[in-house]
Amino acid sequence: MATSRADLPANAEASLLKVRDLHTWFELRQWGFLRVGAVHAVDGVNFTLERGEAVAFVGESGCGKSSLARTLLGLHRPTRGSVRFAGREMQSLSPAELKAYRAEVGYVQQDPYGALPPFLDVRRILAEPLIVHGIKDRQERERRIRAVLEEVRLSPAEEYLGKFPHMLSGGQQQRVVIARALILAPSMIIADEPVSMLDASVRVEILNLLRGIQARRELTLVFITHDLSTVRHFAERIFVMYAGQVVESAAVDELLDHPQHPYTQALLAAIADPDAANARRLREVPAGEPPSLIQPPTGCRFHPRCPHAMAGLCDRDDPPDFTPRENHLSACWLHR
Amino acid sequence: MGDAPLLRVDDLQLHYQTRQGVVHAVDGIDFELKRNEALVVLGESGCGKSSLAKALMRVLPRNVHHQGGRVHLGDTELTALSDERFRREVQWSRMALVMQASMNALNPVVKVGEQVAEPLRVLRRWPRRQALARAAEVFALVGISTDFMTRYPFELSGGMRQRAVLAMALVAEPELVILDEPTSALDVLTQASIMNALKRVKRELGTSFILITHDVATSSELADRVALMYAGQLVEVSDAERFFSDPAHPYSQMLMASVPKLRQRSRPQAIPGQPPSLFEPPAGCRFAARCPHRFAACSRDPRAIRLAERHRVRCWLHDDTQAGGGA
Repeated sequence: MATSRADLPANAEASLLKVRDLHTWFELRQWGFLRVGAVHAVDGVNFTLERGEAVAFVGESGCGKSSLARTLLGLHRPTRGSVRFAGREMQSLSPAELKAYRAEVGYVQQDPYGALPPFLDVRRILAEPLIVHGIKDRQERERRIRAVLEEVRLSPAEEYLGKFPHMLSGGQQQRVVIARALILAPSMIIADEPVSMLDASVRVEILNLLRGIQARRELTLVFITHDLSTVRHFAERIFVMYAGQVVESAAVDELLDHPQHPYTQALLAAIADPDAANARRLREVPAGEPPSLIQPPTGCRFHPRCPHAMAGLCDRDDPPDFTPRENHLSACWLHR
Repeated sequence: MGDAPLLRVDDLQLHYQTRQGVVHAVDGIDFELKRNEALVVLGESGCGKSSLAKALMRVLPRNVHHQGGRVHLGDTELTALSDERFRREVQWSRMALVMQASMNALNPVVKVGEQVAEPLRVLRRWPRRQALARAAEVFALVGISTDFMTRYPFELSGGMRQRAVLAMALVAEPELVILDEPTSALDVLTQASIMNALKRVKRELGTSFILITHDVATSSELADRVALMYAGQLVEVSDAERFFSDPAHPYSQMLMASVPKLRQRSRPQAIPGQPPSLFEPPAGCRFAARCPHRFAACSRDPRAIRLAERHRVRCWLHDDTQAGGGA
C-alpha cells in the first residue's frame, strides 16, 4: 500500500494495528457546559495486532470493551494516545481518508435485528456500502452481493435478496450483518458480542462461519465478548479488560490454562461447565462490584476486591505490565 | 405420604391465537417436582418455556386460544381454582414467579425494603414493622446488605436489583419459586453469586425451584432434575446427574455437544436446521427433521418412554418394540 509519508518506519506494515496509551473518555457536563468529570471508558490501553490474527477482548459489562471497539472503528475520537492502522495514525486522517479507513474495517454488531434497517431488503442493505464507496456499476454490485451471500452461506442468494430482516431468523440476520461487514473486502473485522443474542446451537454456527471467513481471507478479527467459554475455539490471543484497562493478555490456551491476574482467575472460577456436581458446591466470587469509571480507584483498579491486595502498594501505585511467563502479560504487583 | 410430589403437572397445554394462526406454545407437558427439589426447564428461544411458566402462574396474555391439563400443588388442584382464589391463596404465598428482566420492574419511587416487605403486608396483613423485619432477614439471605433497604431501585446495581426481586419472591416463604431466566442479563461474576444465593436459599428454607433457562452451563448450578423442552413438548426428563453426563434423547446429546466448554478442548458442534414452526407442529417426532438417527417410526408421535425410575424420554430409539423390526 503506497502512502505519501516517507518517514514511516520500515517495519510499519508488519503489524496491522498498533494501539499505544489509548484513552477514550466521555465528558460529563452539568447544565450543558459545566465540566464535572469524565467516564474513563478506555484508560491507557496498549496492544499490537498482526495481519490475519484473531483476538478476543474479554470483560464484564462496563469494562470498556465496546468503547474500545467503537474507538477502533473511528466512531469515538480518542481523548489521548495513538491508533496506527497499517502504519497511518488514525487521528491525522482527512475525512476522505477516514472514509477509506472505514472500508478497511468491518463491523459486526451485537443485536442483528437492531443493526439492520427494517424497511430495506437484503439486496439494498448490502448495496448501500458499495454505493457509498462509489461502485456505480449495478451489475458489479449485484455480482459482489451474490458472492458475499454465498460466502456467509445464505444460498441460493436469490432466495434471500428480496427478503426483509423480519423475515429472517436470528442466525440468518446475523449472517446478513456479517455479509455487510465483508462486502467492501476489509482487512479487519470488529465483532462486538456477535452471538450473545443467539441460541446455543446457532452460536457455534455463526462463530465457525466468522472464523472460517477470517482464515480464508486472512483477516484480522477482533472479537469482543463477555463469554470466556467460547474464546478458546474462536481466537488465538485474549486480552482481559477490567475497568477500562487491559489487565492480562496471552495466547488463548496459555491464558486459560495458566491465568496470572487475580481478576482473570476470579472470572474463570465463576464460569461453570455443565456438570451436575455444580449444584452441590458454592462458587468463589470476589465481593463487591466493578468500580465507577468516573472516579476509578487509585493504584490497581481491582485492589478493593482482590484477595491478595497488599496495603500501601496495590492501593497506591498503578501496576505496570509484568511478564510472569513467556509471552504472557499481567498487570499485577504480585509478579514484582 | 411424605414422598408425594409437591407439584404435579399433567398434559398442560397453552395455545395462543395470533393473526397468522394458532401457536402451540405448550403442547402436552407432564412432570413432577418433589419438595426441596430444583427442576431446570431447559430450551432454546421459542420452545415455549416461558409460556410454561406463565401457564403455571396464570399470568396469561389476552390472546389465549386454548388452555388445558391439570396442575396440582400439594393436595390443591390449581387448575380447579377460580382466578380470584388462585390470586388470594396461591400467588406469592405458595408459588412465586421471578420473570425475565424483572429487576427492571421494581417501582422506581418506592424504597426497595418497602417493596420487598409488601407481599407480607398485603397477603398476610402483617404490620409494617414486622414485615420490614422479615424482609431484612431475606435481604441477608440473598446477599444484599440491609443498608440497601432504604435505598431506591436506581441506587442499586443490576445484580442487587435482581437479588431484591428474588427477596420479594421469597419473603412470604412460598413452597415453590419459578425463575424465568433470572441471570441471563447479568455478568459472569454477578451470575455466579446469584446462583450461590439460590443454593443457600434452597438449603436453608427448603424451597423448591423451577428454573427456566436456555443456558446449559448455568442451569447445572442448581439442577437436581432437568426437563429439556423442544417445540412445546418435553423431550427428556431426567436426573441432573444422568442428563449432564449421558443424556438419552438425540436432541439432548446434540445440545450438550453444542455448548462451548471452558475446560475442554473439544470443539462445540452446531445443530443443523431449525426448530419447527409452532403454528403447525409436524406430526410425529418434532425433532425428526434435524435428527441423525431418524427412521420410519419417527413419523408417528413418540410416546414418553420410561427408561428408569424418574427418567422419561420422547424418542422411538428407546422403545423396545421399535428397535428391531419396527422400521
